[in-house]
Amino acid sequence: MKIHEYQAKEILRKYGIITPKGFVIDRPEEASEIYRNLGKSVAVVKAQIHAGGRGKGGGVKLARSADEAQAHARSILGMNLITHQTGPEGQKVLKVLIEEGMDIKHEYYVGITLDRRSSKPVIMASTEGGMEIEVVAEKSPEKIITETIEPTLGLQRWQASRLAYAIGLEGDYNKQAVKMFMGLWNVYDKEDASLIEINPLITTGDGRVLPLDCKLDLDDNGTYRHPEHPALRDTTEEDPLEVEASKSKLNYVRLDGEVGCMVNGAGLAMGTMDIIKYYGSFPANFLDVGGGANPETVTNGFKIILSDPNVKGIFVNIFGGIVRCDRIANGIVEAAKNVSINVPLVVRLAGTNAKEAKDILLKSGIKMQVADTLADGAQKMVNAIRK
Amino acid sequence: MAVLLTKKTKIIVQGITGKEGSFHTEQMLAYKTNVVGGVTPGKGGQKSEHGLPIFNCVQDAKEATGANATVIFVPPAFAADAIMEAVTAKIELIVVITEGIPVSDMAKVIGFVRNSQSVMIGPNCPGIITPGVGKIGIMPAFIHKPGKIGIVSRSGTLTYEAVAQLTEQGLGQSTAIGIGGDPIIGLPHLAAVKLLAEDPATEGIVMIGEIGGTAEEEAAEYIKKHVKKPVVGFIAGQTAPPGRRMGHAGAIISGGAGTAASKMAAMKKAGIFVCESPAEIGITMKRALDKLKAKNKPAAKASKQGSSKKPAVKKAAAKKPVKKKK
Repeated sequence: MKIHEYQAKEILRKYGIITPKGFVIDRPEEASEIYRNLGKSVAVVKAQIHAGGRGKGGGVKLARSADEAQAHARSILGMNLITHQTGPEGQKVLKVLIEEGMDIKHEYYVGITLDRRSSKPVIMASTEGGMEIEVVAEKSPEKIITETIEPTLGLQRWQASRLAYAIGLEGDYNKQAVKMFMGLWNVYDKEDASLIEINPLITTGDGRVLPLDCKLDLDDNGTYRHPEHPALRDTTEEDPLEVEASKSKLNYVRLDGEVGCMVNGAGLAMGTMDIIKYYGSFPANFLDVGGGANPETVTNGFKIILSDPNVKGIFVNIFGGIVRCDRIANGIVEAAKNVSINVPLVVRLAGTNAKEAKDILLKSGIKMQVADTLADGAQKMVNAIRK
Repeated sequence: MAVLLTKKTKIIVQGITGKEGSFHTEQMLAYKTNVVGGVTPGKGGQKSEHGLPIFNCVQDAKEATGANATVIFVPPAFAADAIMEAVTAKIELIVVITEGIPVSDMAKVIGFVRNSQSVMIGPNCPGIITPGVGKIGIMPAFIHKPGKIGIVSRSGTLTYEAVAQLTEQGLGQSTAIGIGGDPIIGLPHLAAVKLLAEDPATEGIVMIGEIGGTAEEEAAEYIKKHVKKPVVGFIAGQTAPPGRRMGHAGAIISGGAGTAASKMAAMKKAGIFVCESPAEIGITMKRALDKLKAKNKPAAKASKQGSSKKPAVKKAAAKKPVKKKK
C-alpha cells in the first residue's frame, strides 16, 4: 500500500526522526495561518499525491508570504496533477502539505527495500539526491552505496556510519545521519514497510540533516498486526472500480484494453491476459477470483468487469481443480442471470467435470460461446469482438 | 525416481485440524500419499478425522512417525513460527502453502532455513506432486500422469494448465514443483531446475515464471551452462503494467526491472524454448522432445514417425496453423 508524504513523515516522527515542520490542509483558506505559524520567510506548498515527479508537474511551490502561500494552495488544491508516474490522465490533488522552507546545502538519497536476490533488506545511499534512484542505478551505479541488512539483527551502527561517510557526511552531519538511518530501519522493520525512500535527504546551512521528502510503501500482508494502517489508505488515489472490487475481496487491476478477463489464480490470470494480446486484442483487466470461484465471486466479477465502459467482451477462464467445474458452471449461469451481460461472453472451463460443466453452460440458454482449450477460448473471444 | 517427493517421503501436516489442512489431508490421502500424522498444539494424543495421530509439536510427530516431510497450512500470523519449528526438528522437506505471510517474517526466517539441511518450498504455493507416488499440497492430482517431464512454476492454476497440456500431448510428469508467488521463497527457480536437471527420471523441464524479481534470469544463466535437457519456458505478465502488483505479492515490475520481456530474452539466450502463448507449453515440449529423438536416433527416425506417434503429431498439426499470427 502506498501512503502520502505527510503520513509517512508522521510515522517517521513516531520513531524519533526529526522532519521539517509542516501541516497538511485540504482548504486553501487555512494556508495563510499555517504560513504564519511556521514563522519562516519561506514555506513550501506540496501537493499530496502518491505519484512522484510532483515538482516538475507544478505540484510543489515556494511561498514568501502568507498571501502567496494561500494563492499556491488555491492553485494546487483541486488541480489535476500530471507527472511521469500518474499517466496522462493525472491525479486530482485533494490535500497539500505546507512545510517550513529549508536552507538546503546539499541533497542526497537514502532508501531501504528488499533485495530479492539475497532475500535480505538493503539500505542504499547516494550523493545524487533528487534524482530517481533507477536512473542513477542505470547511468552511474558506482554512485549508489549499499549495505545488506541481516534481518534478524537489524541495521548495525557501523553500517549506517559507513554509508554516511561514503556519501560525504562527516562530523556532526555523520552523527545525525546515523541516527536517522537507524530510525529508518526501525520504521522499515516495525511498520512492515516494503520501501522507504528519502529523496532528497538534505543537509542545511544551519548544520542539520533532514528528510525533505519521504516515500513509504507498506506490506499489505503485514496489515493484520497494524490496525492503524488501513486508515492510511487513500481510495481517491485508486481506480474506483479497483476500490469496488477490493470491497468484494476480488483481486482486480484495471487495464486499458477491451477484453474483460475473469480467471482463477494470479498466474493463469496473467497468462490469460497475455494470450488475449497474442491473438491481437488487449485485456481490460487482471481479475483473479480465487480458488473458490463461487456464484457470489463470479457475480461480483461480472459486475466489476461490466462497469468498465471499454469492455467489449468477457472471457471467463477457470481451471477447476479441487473445485468441480460443474459447480463453477452453475455459478456462472446463476451470475449471468443476476447481471445482464450485454457483450459477447466466452467461457472456458477446464479440469474436474469439465464435460458436465459444458453441458450445463450450453443448456442454460444464456448467450455465450463455450471453449474447450485456452487457445480456442482466446480466439473465439477476439473474433467475437472483431465482428 | 523423482525429486524431493519419492516413495520414501513420510509426511505430517502442520495445521491438520484447520479447515484447509483437514480438507487437503483428505485429498492427499485419496491420492495414496504417505501422510502419517499431523500437528496441532493442544490436540496432541487425539486422532484427526482421517484417523491420523495428532501431536502437539513437530518433534513429537517426527519421533513417533519417522516423518521426513511436512506441509504447512497454518494462518499467516503463525506460519513463520511453524517453519522454524519444522527446521529445528530437522524435517528434510517443508512445503508452505500459506498465503499472505508478511515479507519481514520471511526475511527473518529464510536465513534460518538456508543454514539448515531442510529444503523449503513456498510459501504461497500449490506444493509438489510426483504423479503416481503422492502429492504434498493443494493441486488437483487427477490431471497429472506419471512420466518424464519436470515442472517448476511460481503459479498454481497456470501450472495445472501446463500439466493438462502435457498430459494431452501424452507427456507425463516426473515431479511438478510449485515454488510460490511471494518475493521470498525457499526454493527459487534455479534450485528447482537444478534438481530436475540432475534427476535421471526427468527428460525435459518446463519452467513457468512471472514478472518481478530476477529468479528466472538466474535460472536461465544456469540452464545455458549446465542443462542439456530441453527446457520450455513461459513468463506470465507480458501485458502487466509496471508498478502494479498482479495478485501474487512477488508479481510486480518495480523500477523497470523484472519485466516479462527481459526474462524472455534471457531465457531465449539460454536456449530455452520460450512460448509467447501459454497455450503452447505442451506442444512446444512435444516438438522439442521429438526433435531430440530424431537427432539421437537418425536410423529409427523414419519408421517411428510412420507409426506410433501419429495421433499426437496430428493433433499438434491441427492446432498450429490456427494461431500463427500475433
